[in-house]
Amino acid sequence: MSAAEEVVGEGHEAVEAVPKRAMTLGTGTSLLVLAVLLIVPVFVKNFIIFQMTMLLIYGLAVLALNILTGGSGQFSLGQSAFYAVGAYTSAVLMEYFNVNYALTIPISATVCFGFGYLFGKPALRLSGVYLALATFALATAMPQLLKLNFLEHWTGGVQGLVVTKPDAPFGLPMSQDMWLYYFTLLVTLAIYIFSVNLLRSRSGRAFMAIRDNEIAASSMGVNVALYKTLAFGVSAGITGVAGSLGAIAVQFVAPDSYTITLAISLFLGMVVGGVGWLPGSFVGAAFIIFVPNMAESISKGLSGAVFGVLLFLVIYLVPHGARQIAILGQQFAGKLRRS
Amino acid sequence: MELFTNQVLAGIATGAIYACMALAVVMIYQAIDHLNFAQGEMAMFSTFISWQLMQWGLSYWTAFVVTLAFSFVAGIAIERILFKPLAKAPVLTNVAGFIALFAIINSSAGLIWDFTIKQYPTPFGSSPFLGSQLISTHQAGMIGVTVLLLLGLYFFFQYTRIGLAMRAAASVPESARLVGINTSWMIALGWGMATAIGSIAGMLIAPVVFLEPNMMGGVLIYGFAAAVLGGLSSPFGAVVGGFLVGVFENLAGTYIPGVGNELKLPIALALIISVLVVKPAGLFGRQIVKRV
Repeated sequence: MSAAEEVVGEGHEAVEAVPKRAMTLGTGTSLLVLAVLLIVPVFVKNFIIFQMTMLLIYGLAVLALNILTGGSGQFSLGQSAFYAVGAYTSAVLMEYFNVNYALTIPISATVCFGFGYLFGKPALRLSGVYLALATFALATAMPQLLKLNFLEHWTGGVQGLVVTKPDAPFGLPMSQDMWLYYFTLLVTLAIYIFSVNLLRSRSGRAFMAIRDNEIAASSMGVNVALYKTLAFGVSAGITGVAGSLGAIAVQFVAPDSYTITLAISLFLGMVVGGVGWLPGSFVGAAFIIFVPNMAESISKGLSGAVFGVLLFLVIYLVPHGARQIAILGQQFAGKLRRS
Repeated sequence: MELFTNQVLAGIATGAIYACMALAVVMIYQAIDHLNFAQGEMAMFSTFISWQLMQWGLSYWTAFVVTLAFSFVAGIAIERILFKPLAKAPVLTNVAGFIALFAIINSSAGLIWDFTIKQYPTPFGSSPFLGSQLISTHQAGMIGVTVLLLLGLYFFFQYTRIGLAMRAAASVPESARLVGINTSWMIALGWGMATAIGSIAGMLIAPVVFLEPNMMGGVLIYGFAAAVLGGLSSPFGAVVGGFLVGVFENLAGTYIPGVGNELKLPIALALIISVLVVKPAGLFGRQIVKRV
């Protein structure tokens, strides 16, 4: 019937197979979205700009999970730990060493890449629910580790650290929020292009071969161990960048902002956006930022239940996430053109 | 040495809680092949139902039986109404469904019964067991009930037709369907049984951790860990895993310096993961050979 069903025809794999071309948007649509993202901040209030910044940041974190799960088929509930490491790296560098905020971002990316790569090593032997438990353990341990006494001098313990928000450079006539938004947009764009190209490259093909059938991939000569840990590293690196940007935007880091709840939100964002569909990450990010607020405004006491019901509605209507809508849209456009 | 034995005993006592929960987790994993993240919340809700019944004047055991029946039916209803439509959806979508269910149940329980901590009665009494200060009669009763449950499940799955049908439906659904087993209803039955076992776990745990909507958060994590440690395909492994996790956690808290209550969980989890790295299918799990 529809392409969405064809893709998932054999749907018993842990992660459904997504063809490479279906992972991105067409050039025209991408440029249109970019144009909207560039123009809108000029016309809206600072608070909305801040929310858009957060959307891009969470979008990046979801994108990172998408590369790991949708790309290489590994499941992670530990993304909040990588996010925390990125945030703290930036915060500590900015506050104690007076490093420029823009320079802290590649540093956190490198630190988190190393962290993720190392974590990926023991995780190699685990898959499915076992991997989920291992990453979950990482996520629950991280806030506790940040509170440890001998780290308190650097991390500020339970109190956390305050981060100063950067001003717009070169005397540009912009508010801090607006400058940070454009800065985030630039970083996001760079990482998005990097991710798309990564998945189209030889490494990306290796990821997908492992996702679809690990044994077949290894017999075709793919170095399974290398690419699985690499996927963890890249995913952690991008999450770290998101963490850094998040710390700068929120101006504050504390252990309890990076609990398992964050990791679960990111996971929900990935499902709602469509597993393996990179642009969907930003749709998913919008869901996890705005829907809880919406639920709160509908009913204060029952906000959790309202959120749950909304989530159920979404997964009933589009079990494959926003990607399904995009595919239907494409087909509709194709039909229009033909007739 | 005495400290050591005492800590092990105390660990076994808490382990009984985890064993109960792990048993419920394994049950549902056998039936539907997913870990149900909402399992703890379902157990919590059942426990609240029994508490409410007792508030209305029913005796403990009447409330117990009514709650068991209610949980069984509710489990089947949740599967039929909420998760059957998702049967064809990808696994990760199902997991999102569990998280949604978690949020719904937690928030409704909070609204109905509010978040204050409530006392919950125990049928076994809470005097010291056989003169030991470490294990109360309630904890001994809990261990007893867990073992009974395990035996009951063993006989059910090994020696009854419907148990056999459920095993067949879980391991080779297509062939099971060909020999006339209604696999779809077997899944529903699995949900019902898992929910009922969960409610027993909830009612046994409530006197220890007190009754409130978030009471299951910590327990469920340990229950999962126990189930995974024992091997998700083995109910026996789940119970052993539960006791081991309890002992692990207690010994780590006692002997590793600087481990407060907060670090107990990460350390227990880290230990479990080291076990898994050596034995990836858990201690008693079947090694699954994949066909290419």
